[in-house]
Amino acid sequence: MIRALCAVFLAAVFLSALGAPLLAPSSYARQFRDSPNAAPSRTFRLGTDELGRDRLSRLLYGSRTSLLLAPAAAALAVAVATAAGGAAALARGVPEMAFLGAFDLTMSLPWMFLLLTVRALLPLDVSPAASVCLTFALLGILGWAGPARVIRTAAREILSADYVLAALSRGLPRTRVLLVHVLPNLKPVLSAQFWTSIPVFILAEANLGMLGLGVAEPLPSWGSLLRDLEGQVTGSANLLAHCWLLAPVALLLMTVLAVHVLFGPEYSQ
Amino acid sequence: MKQLVLWLAAGAALTAWSAESPRMGGQLRLAIQAEPKTLNPLLASDEPSSLVRYLTTGVLIRLNRATQTLEPELAASWKVGEGGRRISFRLRNGVTFSDGTPFSAQDVCYTIDRILEPGAESMIADAIRFEKGKLVCRADRADAVTLVLPAPRVGFALLWDGVPILSARSAQKDKASLGPFLIAGQKAGAYLLLGRNPRYWKRDAEGRQLPYLDSIRLEIQRNRDFELLRFRSGDFDLINNLSPDSFEKLKAEMPSTVRQLGVSLDSEQMWFNQAPGGPVPAHKKQWFQSRDFRLAVSQAIHRDDIARVVYKGLATPASGPVSPANLFWHNAALRPAPADAKAALSRLVHAGFRMRGQWLYDPSGNPVQFTIVTNSGNQSRQRMAAMIQQDLLATGIRVSVAALDFPSLIDRITQSFDYEACLLGMVASELDPNEQMNVWPSSAGQHQWNPSQKKPATDWEAELDRLMQQQASALDPTNKTRKAAFDRVQQIVVEQAPFIYLVYPNAAVAVAPGVRNVDASVLRPQTLWNAERIYLDARTKTASR
Repeated sequence: MIRALCAVFLAAVFLSALGAPLLAPSSYARQFRDSPNAAPSRTFRLGTDELGRDRLSRLLYGSRTSLLLAPAAAALAVAVATAAGGAAALARGVPEMAFLGAFDLTMSLPWMFLLLTVRALLPLDVSPAASVCLTFALLGILGWAGPARVIRTAAREILSADYVLAALSRGLPRTRVLLVHVLPNLKPVLSAQFWTSIPVFILAEANLGMLGLGVAEPLPSWGSLLRDLEGQVTGSANLLAHCWLLAPVALLLMTVLAVHVLFGPEYSQ
Repeated sequence: MKQLVLWLAAGAALTAWSAESPRMGGQLRLAIQAEPKTLNPLLASDEPSSLVRYLTTGVLIRLNRATQTLEPELAASWKVGEGGRRISFRLRNGVTFSDGTPFSAQDVCYTIDRILEPGAESMIADAIRFEKGKLVCRADRADAVTLVLPAPRVGFALLWDGVPILSARSAQKDKASLGPFLIAGQKAGAYLLLGRNPRYWKRDAEGRQLPYLDSIRLEIQRNRDFELLRFRSGDFDLINNLSPDSFEKLKAEMPSTVRQLGVSLDSEQMWFNQAPGGPVPAHKKQWFQSRDFRLAVSQAIHRDDIARVVYKGLATPASGPVSPANLFWHNAALRPAPADAKAALSRLVHAGFRMRGQWLYDPSGNPVQFTIVTNSGNQSRQRMAAMIQQDLLATGIRVSVAALDFPSLIDRITQSFDYEACLLGMVASELDPNEQMNVWPSSAGQHQWNPSQKKPATDWEAELDRLMQQQASALDPTNKTRKAAFDRVQQIVVEQAPFIYLVYPNAAVAVAPGVRNVDASVLRPQTLWNAERIYLDARTKTASR
């Protein structure tokens, strides 16, 4: 029942994000300068932000940004992790140690500072759309090490299975063994890594957004919407009186929860 | 009946006295946003260190932050002679440092020697160092000191507001204080406690020794939201530099505590990169070097909207480089450019740009688009950039906004010049135009749009050089010649728009109920400039501290 509810919820969020141009009452960038910080009304269902932009429109477009690009970044991270994890599983001796060292080193890097540095080195004259794609691409490229360790362990187990040993002893090339016998059997692990990476990247982009380094203005994302909360959270009474401001937080939490219920390690067994 | 009237009059007088007479004692608490980098008064340059220096040291002349006039402090009087080459101070008699060491002319000369000591690295040194010759300090008598300058220097008297006088003979060395307070305790990363100087020389009208307060506790609180929460809960008594968001919140909840001080000395501005060495495409450089392009961009921006929406009314549309808060040096003839997208577009068309569809193209057919960089983490600036983005759409110009971490931003605008336009603010702490000698001359490092030029790149920059030199060397007691020269500087800056001034943020502070005699000023340290006269009302919670 809970899984069905989560599936319906996720489907609704994805569909509304995809249909943002049709559903949003106005452009996400349009500034109604006579109504900044407006409370919810018939005109602005979720009120307006500091610049008078419709919060509902920004939430819909922001969901599209975060929900479409986070899976893309997760796919990129899992692809890199599959290549690195697979190679590490096949390697022995010094190369194996080198792979494991690379995993550990990458995981121990202060990725936030690394992202800040890489982001600062990127050209400035990129459009907001390109900037958001670059941000998620960076997240994907830098987020491979964790999944790679898991994939290596799983691949090593499969490689020592009888049917793989039999295939190898019959003289099948190693690449064919990998592609035909190992990879299909890794599918559940890859799927779990993919789905569990999505919320990680959504939260990472939100973190970058909080620093003002995620998605460029005026394009919204969940990160930039969360950043708008900065300074508003100075008292519980104040927050309760303006509870509609918490819509992006609620949506982010519920989405992450739904993804975990549907595709988390316990449920994916 | 007559007796009754007398009794009533006496009672009323007593009530008035008990209500008005300042109460001695109590502790004032407020937050500083960072730990002071140094407690050495000669090295103070950051805001917390400067505040501690202000409260714990004495100066010869004090700038009255309310009237912006110079007033005698440790010097009872002063006289400028020999065409500005000689300044004679007559010092107050009977003044002692906090440890009882008498204050004399010897201390003034000792302080100057300390500042000019090789390797001392005092920020004040540059102001009293001369290219040719050396400042000579002569202690004529215990209460008279003469400074002989190798060359006249304008605005020299104002400088002494920032020169802390140290003791030449005290066993406590630099810790001996001539200010209203002295450093009484400190916990790294937590707080700094300033105690009352028991030998402070100032007295109030009733002859009582100042300061009224026993101590001031400066708590290091980096997060301004927490500062606000602690003010609400009565933990803090004052907030300086209140942000527009915090002002709005406090105004709604504790309206009697907030004070709007009006326009500040600071400004927010944007500029285009005109540095020849920067890796900016040649066609974009041409736009940025075009006066019409810069003026059109300036004309398309709705400064009123920025002041109203981003600053919630706590800012004033900017008219030029000097804010009206600088009462004497502001050029009152300048007015903020009214937003007019049509006029901006027609200026661009006149300059050869063309609209095709909804976008603007330059005479060579390149689409007109540029990126504004600003510092990440500053929401007001990012919002301003977003508003400029929308304003410029009306002229067909596409703007991207990139928020960079501060070190990367500074590297781009000062070293690599790899940027197109930048939006930042300028914090002005001094009134005199001499303080802007590092901005307006074409050779200056902070001539941000094209810094450190060997020869002025344009005629108007050559004129800026000449005018700044003229105001720096004109020695007229009324400052008329200087004012005329600096007014022209401001006019040229507005006409040429190398900096496009957006708004002057207003200054606002919060003062807890029960804190009396706070005469807050837009000049730093806003609420504490007359700290020796601040007292706590006996009826408030703060008084129990």
